Amino acid sequence: MSIEKLKSAHKLLAEYKYELGKIEKGYTNRTLYINVGDNVIKEKPVTQLMKDKFIGGKGFGMYYLWHAVTPETKWNDPENEIVIASGPVGGITQYPGAGKSLVCSLSPLTGMPMDSNVGGYFGPLLKFSGFDALELQGKADKDIIIFIDGNKGTISIEEAPEEAIDSHILGEQLTEMYAENEEDKRNISVVSAGSAANHAYIGLLNFTFYDVRRKQIRLKQAGRGGIGTVFRNKNIKAVVVRFAGVKGNLNNAADQGKINKTGIKLHKEIHDFDAQQCRMRQVGTANIIEVMDQYDLLPTHNYKFGAHPDTYKISSKVFTGMITQNTPDGCWYGCSLSCAKAVDHFELKTGPYKGQKVIVDGPEYENAAGLGSNCGIFDPHAVLELNFYCDTYAVDTISYGTMTAFVMECYENGIINKEITGGLKLNFGNAEASLEMLHQMARGEGFGKLAGLGVRNLKKLFIEQYGADPVFLNDIGMEQKGLEFSEYMPKESLAQQGGYGLTNKGPQHDEAWLIFMDMVNNQLPTFEDKAEALHYFPMFRTWFGLNGLCKLPWNDIVPEGNKHSDEPAKIPEHVQNYVDIFNGVTGKNIDKAQLIVQSERVYNFQRIFNIRMGYGKRIHDAIPYRAMGPVTVEEYLSRAERYDGQLKELVGFNPEGKSTEEKMAALRAYREDQYQKLTDAVYKRRGWTMDGVPTVEHLQSIGMDLPEVIEVVKKHL
Amino acid sequence: MIKLNNRDYEWEVGLTVQRLLDKKSFTYPKLIIKINNVLVPSEEYASTIIKDGDDVKVIHLLAGG
Repeated sequence: MSIEKLKSAHKLLAEYKYELGKIEKGYTNRTLYINVGDNVIKEKPVTQLMKDKFIGGKGFGMYYLWHAVTPETKWNDPENEIVIASGPVGGITQYPGAGKSLVCSLSPLTGMPMDSNVGGYFGPLLKFSGFDALELQGKADKDIIIFIDGNKGTISIEEAPEEAIDSHILGEQLTEMYAENEEDKRNISVVSAGSAANHAYIGLLNFTFYDVRRKQIRLKQAGRGGIGTVFRNKNIKAVVVRFAGVKGNLNNAADQGKINKTGIKLHKEIHDFDAQQCRMRQVGTANIIEVMDQYDLLPTHNYKFGAHPDTYKISSKVFTGMITQNTPDGCWYGCSLSCAKAVDHFELKTGPYKGQKVIVDGPEYENAAGLGSNCGIFDPHAVLELNFYCDTYAVDTISYGTMTAFVMECYENGIINKEITGGLKLNFGNAEASLEMLHQMARGEGFGKLAGLGVRNLKKLFIEQYGADPVFLNDIGMEQKGLEFSEYMPKESLAQQGGYGLTNKGPQHDEAWLIFMDMVNNQLPTFEDKAEALHYFPMFRTWFGLNGLCKLPWNDIVPEGNKHSDEPAKIPEHVQNYVDIFNGVTGKNIDKAQLIVQSERVYNFQRIFNIRMGYGKRIHDAIPYRAMGPVTVEEYLSRAERYDGQLKELVGFNPEGKSTEEKMAALRAYREDQYQKLTDAVYKRRGWTMDGVPTVEHLQSIGMDLPEVIEVVKKHL
Repeated sequence: MIKLNNRDYEWEVGLTVQRLLDKKSFTYPKLIIKINNVLVPSEEYASTIIKDGDDVKVIHLLAGG
């Protein structure tokens, strides 16, 4: 159908005109509220309290979400919101990685506030259009599109019945529809979901940017926690922003020179060192696939093992040969790290787009590990096909990979069978079955529809309907708080078990990745050392999400002088860069300690938000034993020398003459006790009670003692 | 015996930094290596001999997501 025909089917539901704003020191000082249920569009002022306590980005998202919902609100209630925000530093073009949007909503998987970060142009273009954040509330009767024209100062809500749902088509249609000409396409960004988000709880949001060299849209994903599912439940087909006139000074920074100088320094490091350190510009985050395998950290067969003889078949070298080279693949202007890689002219072998040649955005490391090795799939073409369909259908590749690995293990153990799966032979390694399950998920049919409910719901279903052993399923089902684990093997690093378990949204590594510091470097020998790392790194990394920044330029490129620093893991020179660009944009004068306090306020607010929703306590920070140690004899025997040695040296248990089951039991008792002791130490360091509740004194000391926050915690102290 | 990241590790005659990295499969590219608290430049990994009793640190910088 032609774009004109698609457009002619639109019915205008609401239109709003606004005064174009001006950004002052990183803030427009105004946000946009849209209720798609009653078609209300209004502006809200950004208060000084919001800027002081919540900074921006995820901070604004959590703040608005808190005030939109009650403790009784469920993910599919109209009052649940999706909040999209950049941050005060977001949109600068001088420092790499400054185009992130942060998306917050109550999650269908966890029932708690979720945050997910994403590249693409939407957040910065929204800000340049005049808004620091966008709140979406309500539920439309029919599919709608929201269009924000940041040059004309107009916002419309339009009924849109004819456009595609899947993002790779919808993004193209809407870019073509709302751009004034070919040149204008770069000024469009589309937020959309996909057909699987109509049925699955693991739905994601795609954010586009227009790739002027390929003359096609690219897709970046706010993947975690099912926010795409919320989006489709609201009957939103897409949100489109248009802003022409991106320049390097639109933030009206307090000290543009400081930002320029800091950026030039990092660009030079990337130019000089990327090829040796990370190869982000060649293969993106997939550079670590074989590294993880070599350190026994690449999850294979549902996290049973950390390495596999066939990993070479999906190594970074293989994908380097498939990814188009020598293109500036930044997902925002000025990002010379350019990790947003793509495979062009990829011919699909299955599904509704079979035979078509498409762009595959990726593979990211997580996709290769989740869709590939963790499911025993070592076929690069299958990984890319799964990657493509997950994206366009709006399925979180991490949740999909971890969920599929779980059902494969259940299938191999006879917990489910072909009758239950509708004929899908879900053995490890069966790429064809994984792809068919994904297509079913998009169609809302068969076992694929069930699988889209995620690991927590599947465990319940298998126990209640098929008589599965609950102990075994809770051991091997790699979810916590309802969210599926991301793709690193944490068994041999207690600190990383905390990095997954002692988190706000669930087991996603964006709070802390401590495996090398802990397991390899042995830099965190005591519980207190681990707790310090599990305070500093989550707080530091939270800060990226307050400001619209990407984590990668912090430590995926390392300056020459870093080896001489006292704390090389922190990359102190880059920490100072962030202090400088924040001060440069906002005109404030924070130091590296105040940076951490900024994060601590929002981090504790989110923890208390979890408590307010009925979660967020110690019991919710428990992790499945598969994340801590060997659940099965097969796992123990595969690394028997390691485990026997630990029993002797750490546990004081002589493994000689003992059965494998006896040894496994002794190891399990030790490791579970270690996790409890770690939890004690981390709660203490974070200023929380032993039940995981932030104390009033701690909240006062960091300046997060807002009355509504204190009211919640007092009930739990 | 040497100390490798504060753990005991078997020493052998002629052990170089590069040989140690190979034996341990330390393939990660972003390393900081110190022997008795003295930094070893990467271009000297193959020629630097580790002596019995040395305190060797092979610090892997953070990776991941």
